[in-house]
Amino acid sequence: MAITQLSAFLANRPGTLAQAVTAISDAGVNLRALSVADTSDFGVLRVIVSDVEKTKEALSEYTIASETPVIAVKMTDEAGSLKQILDILQKADINVEYVYAFTSAALGGAYVVMRVDDIAQAEDVLNANGKVTLSDADLEGFL
Amino acid sequence: MSNYYQKEIETAPREEILRIQNEKIVKQVKHVYENVPYYRDLMDKKGVKPEDIKSVDDIKKLPFLTKDDLREGYPYGLLGTDLKNIVRIQSTSGTTGRRVVAFYTQKDVDLWEECCARAIVAAGGTNEDVCQVSYGYGLFTGGPGLNGGSHKVGCLTLPMSSGNTERQIQFMMDLGATILCCTPSYAAYIGESLEDAGYKPEDNKLKAGIFGAEPWTEEMRREIEKSLGIKAYDIYGLTETSGPGVAFECEEQSGMHINEDHFYAEIIDPDTGEVLPEGEKGELVFTSLDKEGFPLLRYRTRDICILSREKCSCGRTFVKMSKPLGRSDDMMIIRGVNVFPSQIETVLLKEGYPPNYQIVVDRAKNNDTFDIYVEFSPEQFSDKVSEIQAHERSLTAAMRSMLGIGPKIHLVPPRTIERSEGKAVRVIDKRKLHD
Repeated sequence: MAITQLSAFLANRPGTLAQAVTAISDAGVNLRALSVADTSDFGVLRVIVSDVEKTKEALSEYTIASETPVIAVKMTDEAGSLKQILDILQKADINVEYVYAFTSAALGGAYVVMRVDDIAQAEDVLNANGKVTLSDADLEGFL
Repeated sequence: MSNYYQKEIETAPREEILRIQNEKIVKQVKHVYENVPYYRDLMDKKGVKPEDIKSVDDIKKLPFLTKDDLREGYPYGLLGTDLKNIVRIQSTSGTTGRRVVAFYTQKDVDLWEECCARAIVAAGGTNEDVCQVSYGYGLFTGGPGLNGGSHKVGCLTLPMSSGNTERQIQFMMDLGATILCCTPSYAAYIGESLEDAGYKPEDNKLKAGIFGAEPWTEEMRREIEKSLGIKAYDIYGLTETSGPGVAFECEEQSGMHINEDHFYAEIIDPDTGEVLPEGEKGELVFTSLDKEGFPLLRYRTRDICILSREKCSCGRTFVKMSKPLGRSDDMMIIRGVNVFPSQIETVLLKEGYPPNYQIVVDRAKNNDTFDIYVEFSPEQFSDKVSEIQAHERSLTAAMRSMLGIGPKIHLVPPRTIERSEGKAVRVIDKRKLHD
């Protein structure tokens, strides 16, 4: 399962994020979720988009962009819902590298995007515990 | 009135110096021809026999030696005598892992230290001085050279080596150091540190500093002199010829007297190799007249400078060389360490990076900053910041191990390093090193 995130390398200078976002928008691609990790020297842009191929092509014009499988787990709209998810992963001894979230009316709620070491195992334990995870197919045709 | 360590030779009439040089060169060429097969081959190829060299005027007939020859001959190819006579090596950092290793007999060490002693005495040193040597010790020639010179003069010698500035300052103040020997950038740093610690220039007992191993400007000299309350003297040398003390400044501070009884200097056109008339700017070439362990003839220093035989008020008759005005190759001197772009390229390729990089050298507060921008490769890219940082760290470590100094590595996206007319600009040196 899993969904595809695009990761891109950004120089830590004014304008590089704007440049990336402009490239995505010029390609006519809709940004579903976005997160930027930054250090004093560089940043890593992570996006979930409506068209991975087009986005990769657009970003590759001026930086490194690559696909990363991540899991997207549906969260209920109540206190402690992210904790439940993390508890499940912790019990299974699965390390979470980074996390960000997005909401979508079309997909019916809020989702947490997680980068984990072992995607298959993570999805198995989450599904076994009643958590819904998205696949690329779920995102198709959705803008 | 100037002081001299070896007055007779330092103030000898020109004819006397020439007589000594002529006598030495005939012997030296014969010795090298018989003992250094590498150079004998070069002479044979050029069709020069030892008997063709009758005086220093004939030196121009001899083949040149370059750093490439030293690399090719590494490690023992240019050794001038049996190993049993060698007591010491010194070394510089070098490209592709091949360093320049220079050999010294005990006599070589003594003559080298005498040259350094001349520099210390020219800077006003006597056996009543406390001489703090804050050049690096070890393979680098700075520490051992000035340490030996200081002993020869009879100074109380503080073998501090470089670094640990707090301890440098403590010894300087507690023991009353009167002469400081180090790189000019470290002298400037010590000056700032003294000020930060609340000391005024008149609080220390320093009277003179002997600074070399890297380019510095007159402006920097004035700053150091002011911050330490001293007179600052330049010193020149290179591992290939011995180390510091090949040339040194006197109180005139208008160029460095070359120790001509040991080193014969020529200025050549770096492109044609032709010897240029006196007073013209060109590449400095040294022939060591009496070195036994590593007797290099016509070694091309790649330093561009001018020689002057104008009479010096200090009374010394040795020819004076200007501060190096530039290089005829792409070598940079960063924090006193020789750095070639090719070394950086070698490390990048070895570590799996494309050879697209840019070196930016600048000087902040009289200290060199050293940044390398490297184009990141898709193979090494990761969505995990920690993995990219691990790449940065391991590249920094590999650079430090090759160069001897650690640059700040900046990974940048591919094809983003400035190119001019399709060719990448490899080095941006923002330091104003030459007046």
